[in-house]
Amino acid sequence: MHPYLQIENVSMVFDTKNGKFHALRDINLMLDQGDFIALIGHSGCGKSTLLNLVAGLIEPSSGVLLLNDREIRGPGPDRAMVFQNHSLLPWMTCYGNVHLAVERVFGAKETRKQLKARTEAALELVHLSHAMHKYPHEISGGMKQRVGIARALAMQPKLLLMDEPFGALDALTRASLQDELMRIVQETSTTTLMVTHDVDEAVLLADRIVMLTNGPAATIGEVLSIDLPRPRDRLALAEDVRYHRLRHAVLEFLYQKQLRKAA
Amino acid sequence: MSAVTFEEARSPDVMASPASEPLAIPAQVARPMPKARPTPWLQTGRGRAFSAALGRILRVSLPPIIGMGLFVLLWQLVSVSSGAAGLPGPAKTWEAARALFADPFYDNGPNDMGIGWNILNSLYRVVTGFGLAAMVGIPLGFMIGRFAFLSGMLAPIISLLRPVSPLAWLPIGLYVFKETEPASLWVIFISSIWPIILNTAAGVARVPQDYLNVARVLALSEWKVFTKILFPSVLPHMMTGIRLSIGVAWLVIVAAEMLTGGSGLGFWVWDEWNNLNVEHILIAIFIVGSVGLLLEQGLLWLAKRFEYA
Ligand SMILES: Nc1ncnc2c1ncn2[C@@H]1O[C@H](COP(=O)(O)OP(=O)(O)OP(=O)(O)O)[C@@H](O)[C@H]1O
Ligand SMILES: [Mg+2]
Repeated sequence: MHPYLQIENVSMVFDTKNGKFHALRDINLMLDQGDFIALIGHSGCGKSTLLNLVAGLIEPSSGVLLLNDREIRGPGPDRAMVFQNHSLLPWMTCYGNVHLAVERVFGAKETRKQLKARTEAALELVHLSHAMHKYPHEISGGMKQRVGIARALAMQPKLLLMDEPFGALDALTRASLQDELMRIVQETSTTTLMVTHDVDEAVLLADRIVMLTNGPAATIGEVLSIDLPRPRDRLALAEDVRYHRLRHAVLEFLYQKQLRKAA
Repeated sequence: MSAVTFEEARSPDVMASPASEPLAIPAQVARPMPKARPTPWLQTGRGRAFSAALGRILRVSLPPIIGMGLFVLLWQLVSVSSGAAGLPGPAKTWEAARALFADPFYDNGPNDMGIGWNILNSLYRVVTGFGLAAMVGIPLGFMIGRFAFLSGMLAPIISLLRPVSPLAWLPIGLYVFKETEPASLWVIFISSIWPIILNTAAGVARVPQDYLNVARVLALSEWKVFTKILFPSVLPHMMTGIRLSIGVAWLVIVAAEMLTGGSGLGFWVWDEWNNLNVEHILIAIFIVGSVGLLLEQGLLWLAKRFEYA
């Protein structure tokens, strides 16, 4: 059986006003069903670009992306995306934003009541029941990000794409949402591709950490397998020697190998 | 795009007077104070709040009042210097206006109606002509904004027709419809449709990519994209188009009615010119200005309600 998601020799060249910009080159990555991949790399190396390619929002300049052996030809609700800038629609409440996605995915099969229940459950999950009927401009940046997460999770996607979903959150909320995410992803065996800047988060959540080299023409520098047993407990891990070794390996890649190249 | 109103042009800081600074304490205060007297009301907390509020109101309302006063004065000077047969002065015009508005809704047949009827007739034509323009222009603007092909196809036509002076369309209207009423509606329609089309199309082209990406990830139907994303996002631009359109329509209707006759403010101005009733012409100018101002402010108010913070 083939891997669920296959990224083969993918390059991305943007046409800009100042000529061509080579963002990504020779990206090769395989994901099996249920894999959790963390994507890490310095700012501007092309993490969002890679996510957009998998989402089908942009097309690769060369190479192919296959999902379930079918070429990705455009976006679809089987691949939910948590956008880096949350991308909530300002004329809808938090409830409305999540409901739009729920209705699209489940509207054909379920009653209004069920759709409402799904929407409310998703908002409950990110601890936003109290702000359900507020508009995006009335809530904080972290809250907006959580609505974006609720919208994606409510769709029950096969592939979950997340672009720094916990970036704007305080440590406590972040920890609680990380735990929720781990639980959901494991229960539903959702395949997940998540961009993060947080080394601890990457080691805690991922099965593999994919580290990108610095742009332009960034590619995969190293792939680190995180063979820590699941379910993972953040307190227990803090004492774990393997955890610290893995964490160190990522830090070394980011702050020694890549920083020197950037300088 | 919008004209600068007096409201925006005036910055309150410029008007702040140095008089509000504390005065230097005069030397006499050094003498031993007589027995304590109750503080004057203006120096108590409420008194100060009152005088501050009064100051604010004066600062806001004084400049326009002075401006209007000077305007009336200038008018008076011009009318006096132009002699007895010259321009009527403010007082004479005011008297004529009172007489006119004493009975605004009389109706003595086709060419002799009260001022109220004339205003309503003009407004009715503006609203109808504009309504037709909106019915055609808004969908067309959406399609031009959404489909590059259509935009490429229609852009040269729009660029060519838009600068045409509105009244140049009147003969065509008269020729096609053989009647003045539909002809003046046609002139309103054709001259007010361009701002609606162009602003709507620009709004569609400027829908943030982020919102469209949401639509694409959800693979929303074209209808849902329209109702949930395009329309709400374009609405503020559309309101700008509508406001400009009605502004143009109001400019044009007076001129069109001068030519087509029958009823309306434009007809009335021309009729009074034939009667050599200059007071009424001046009054007409004030009415046209005031109604235009009210339309503009009303639409601005409406547009504010459709904005997302
Ligand atoms: N549409 C585009 N047109 C031109 N260049 C682009 C486009 N999108 C991204 N780029 C360029 O590609 C590079 C990678 O961008 P990308 O947004 O993927 O970075 P990133 O790794 O997500 O950064 P960050 O961590 O700051 O979000 C950047 O140099 C960016 O300027
Ligand atoms: Mg990014």
